[in-house]
Amino acid sequence: MSDTINLTLKIWRQKDASSPGKFETFKLDGVSTHMSFLEMMDVLNEKLIKENKEPIAFDHDCREGICGMCSMYINGRAHGPLKGTTTCQLHMRHFHDGQTITIEPWRAKGFPVIKDLVVDRNAFEIIMQAGGFVSVNTGSPADANAILIPNPIAEEAMDGAACIGCGACVATCKNASAMLFVSAKVSQLALLPQGQVERAERVMNMVKAMDEAGFGNCTNTGACEAECPKEVSVSHIARLNREYLMANLKNR
Amino acid sequence: MAILDSKIPKGPLAEKWTKYRSTVKLVNPANKRHLEIIVVGSGLAGASAAASLAELGYKVKVFCFQDSPRRAHSIAAQGGINAAKNYQNDGDSTYRLFYDTIKGGDFRAREANVYRLAEVSASIIDQCVAQGVPFARDYGGTLDNRSFGGVQVSRTFYARGQTGQQLLLGAYSALSRQIGKKQVKMYNRHEMLEVVMIDGKARGIIARDLVTGKLERHFGHAVVLATGGYGNVFFLSTNAMGCNVTANWKAYKKGAAFGNPCFTQIHPTCIPVSGDYQSKLTLMSESLRNDGRIWVPAKVGDKRKPVDIPDNERDYYLERRYPAFGNLVPRDVASRAAKQVCDEGKGVGPSGLAVYLDFRDSIKRLGKDVITARYGNLFEMYEKITGEDPYQTPMRIYPAVHYTMGGLWVDYNLMTTVQGLYALGECNFSDHGANRLGASALMQGLADGYYVIPYTIGDYLSGEILTKPIPTDHQAFAEAENNVKERIDKLLSIKGNQSVDDLHKRLGKVMWDYCGMARNEEGLLKAKKMVKEIREEFWKDVKVPGGAFEFNTELEKACRVADFLELGELMIDDALNRKESCGGHFREESATDKGEAKRDDANFAYVSAWEFQGDNQPAKLNKEPLIFEEIHLAERNYE
Ligand SMILES: Cc1cc2nc3c(=O)[nH]c(=O)nc-3n(C[C@H](O)[C@H](O)[C@H](O)COP(=O)(O)OP(=O)(O)OC[C@H]3O[C@@H](n4cnc5c(N)ncnc54)[C@H](O)[C@@H]3O)c2cc1C
Ligand code: FES
Repeated sequence: MSDTINLTLKIWRQKDASSPGKFETFKLDGVSTHMSFLEMMDVLNEKLIKENKEPIAFDHDCREGICGMCSMYINGRAHGPLKGTTTCQLHMRHFHDGQTITIEPWRAKGFPVIKDLVVDRNAFEIIMQAGGFVSVNTGSPADANAILIPNPIAEEAMDGAACIGCGACVATCKNASAMLFVSAKVSQLALLPQGQVERAERVMNMVKAMDEAGFGNCTNTGACEAECPKEVSVSHIARLNREYLMANLKNR
Repeated sequence: MAILDSKIPKGPLAEKWTKYRSTVKLVNPANKRHLEIIVVGSGLAGASAAASLAELGYKVKVFCFQDSPRRAHSIAAQGGINAAKNYQNDGDSTYRLFYDTIKGGDFRAREANVYRLAEVSASIIDQCVAQGVPFARDYGGTLDNRSFGGVQVSRTFYARGQTGQQLLLGAYSALSRQIGKKQVKMYNRHEMLEVVMIDGKARGIIARDLVTGKLERHFGHAVVLATGGYGNVFFLSTNAMGCNVTANWKAYKKGAAFGNPCFTQIHPTCIPVSGDYQSKLTLMSESLRNDGRIWVPAKVGDKRKPVDIPDNERDYYLERRYPAFGNLVPRDVASRAAKQVCDEGKGVGPSGLAVYLDFRDSIKRLGKDVITARYGNLFEMYEKITGEDPYQTPMRIYPAVHYTMGGLWVDYNLMTTVQGLYALGECNFSDHGANRLGASALMQGLADGYYVIPYTIGDYLSGEILTKPIPTDHQAFAEAENNVKERIDKLLSIKGNQSVDDLHKRLGKVMWDYCGMARNEEGLLKAKKMVKEIREEFWKDVKVPGGAFEFNTELEKACRVADFLELGELMIDDALNRKESCGGHFREESATDKGEAKRDDANFAYVSAWEFQGDNQPAKLNKEPLIFEEIHLAERNYE
């Protein structure tokens, strides 16, 4: 495989939330296949700056696949073609010479565009504030080993807790549903002994906040799981549905 | 002049904190409601502090530049968090953690602070578990531990390779709860660009809304900075792209002394640089050194594939030089050793700036499944970045800038030399001396936020209960805002030829070459000149596209790099002044016959606290002598 490739990039440009957006096409030659996708974007931006054009705005920070900040819809897929991989961890060796790459922001009613590829994900914050916690103040809690948690339970909770809150699930879902995100948190805390006291209340509050934020319904297409960079499983959604049902029964 | 009163409580080391807590002045709940606190930063230190202060009843405002507090760079910590729980019954104790931290820091940290850190470490784990942090567990259901570089006990708690993420999500959940209760007001996508001083006290900040570009004024009875490390002064580091020194630097320019700015940690196990487009370096967790063996070919210029090089033609140089600690020597020692073998021409990979980290033997001994269970996600990450499979061929690693032990000087209360201005977490200088032990930064961030500041801030705020909130149309706010505005206008008006990144990369290279893993007087003097030149060029020739009142990432970067360009010079001054070698600071002039770092306790057992004297004026050096009452100063020996 050659070490450099030439690309055509079709990128969504949008001045701000209230302006209409459109695709703009750029040629980028001599892209090293060892670069990460975002480094390729850096190179493009440096080129644009040199040409007195405005660089493309995109979100990113850790570039290690963990902060959940990067969020590009690449060739029709959230975070691009590689399974279990965030945009920042995607490398150019997965593209070929002469390829056209289409890059868009997350598109969902709950995530309005701020500029170019940057969207507003504050709706996720509001959902977390509604119940994504155990109500315990800082103080002198019991010794950590006073709560015994069998390894498989801890591991399953960790599977949900691994969510990075990037929003790929929403961007991928044809209904723009946030169920995978919400269920990952609900599931983590429903599995652990620490989460039991507020178990029913939590799921009710988080689902309510999710609905109010304008996310769509889940119709079990499973697309979210397929595109989740942390491979969070839809089994968490099944658990959320059970939790919700039980909480409703309890409230009756 | 800055007064360096460390305010260490009297009495025996082990009783200081307990006594302090029982006698510190308190603020009654009715008064707390009227006291406002600004917390800048939402990483482990900031989020834990903000949540805990809000729980106590203070009115809190929190700022971060990411779009969510959960994205602070603490999220990226992989390996784990230390605590003196002695769950493994292997002889750990508060004292041993204290001793290891002081020794690991090469005797350049303050005893009382470090002891307190070790003391509260156990509560941190309890608190995190209570929040639902899913730490790794044994089959019996108890918490599991691993060991980390520089120590001989297993005291590190972890959650897969995502410990920082899980701890931050814990602190973030506590913070979110307080935001939901309206006890905290959260300002995402906001960058603090100035500290507002009124009558000698910190009374607020100027922040830029990164979406609209609008400058905002915010009042606080006290201001708490928890803004992380400044490793990005080197351009390439394991830090996130946004990590910066700006908040610290503004505080410094308002009179907060900067402690030990040159103390930088270079982490031994990172993925090597692959090209000049490189934007950041990726850490491979130190925990890999538990089972991976580090080596280079014994012969210079041996270009065979690593798997084809027989054992007797490999140099396992850490095991050879340091038989007692082997691959688990502290970071600074491991990094320097890697540099030495590469300087000798034994480095591997295309650039020759890499060494092997090999899992062949542990896969043979423990089986692939065990290795996958322990490091699966790290192996995957390595393969994603390099396209090579570490199960088949050894990883290539090289040291990279990782952590800054230096930071704002703080007293025992975590207050800087500016009244009412506090610094927590990586942005302060305390606790780690000249070198930080693995898994101790997370511990420090959470100790500062959950268990220290909630008490110590009361000492100051108890004297502020009669202070009414100061309206932000006060002259001082107007002036501070105007300063920020002028600076931004200036940056936008230069319209030069070089991009912010171009200039930042040049700064980074100078810092890495002359103020990195090895430093000497000649190089440092040269670097000082070069940094000054780059800074002058920056202000004449930088090109920042776009305007002030819009989402403008180039402008954000320019504001940060402008501060890095000033910080770089201070780091060099500090490195020049400290003629000894200690921890991560290696002065080539001060080495033992074997090439190990040689400390000079007679002349340098102090903290350098630099004080700003005005733009283009040399900073003034203040010294806080380090007095060791409990520990006997010894040469660090890991052989
Ligand atoms: C890759 C990596 C792995 C690591 N692994 C470990 C480990 O295993 N164990 C360990 O103990 N330590 C580890 N560390 C170190 C540790 O993660 C950090 O030292 C620690 O998390 C820092 O926490 P903090 O709260 O001080 O700062 P951060 O988490 O960096 O948070 C800084 C906060 O300040 C905000 N901020 C900064 N400047 C401004 C400004 N001007 N205006 C507004 N907001 C601002 C940011 O938005 C952010 O919210 C690792 C570090 C890295 C880079
Ligand atoms: S930039 Fe952090 S996950 Fe991609």
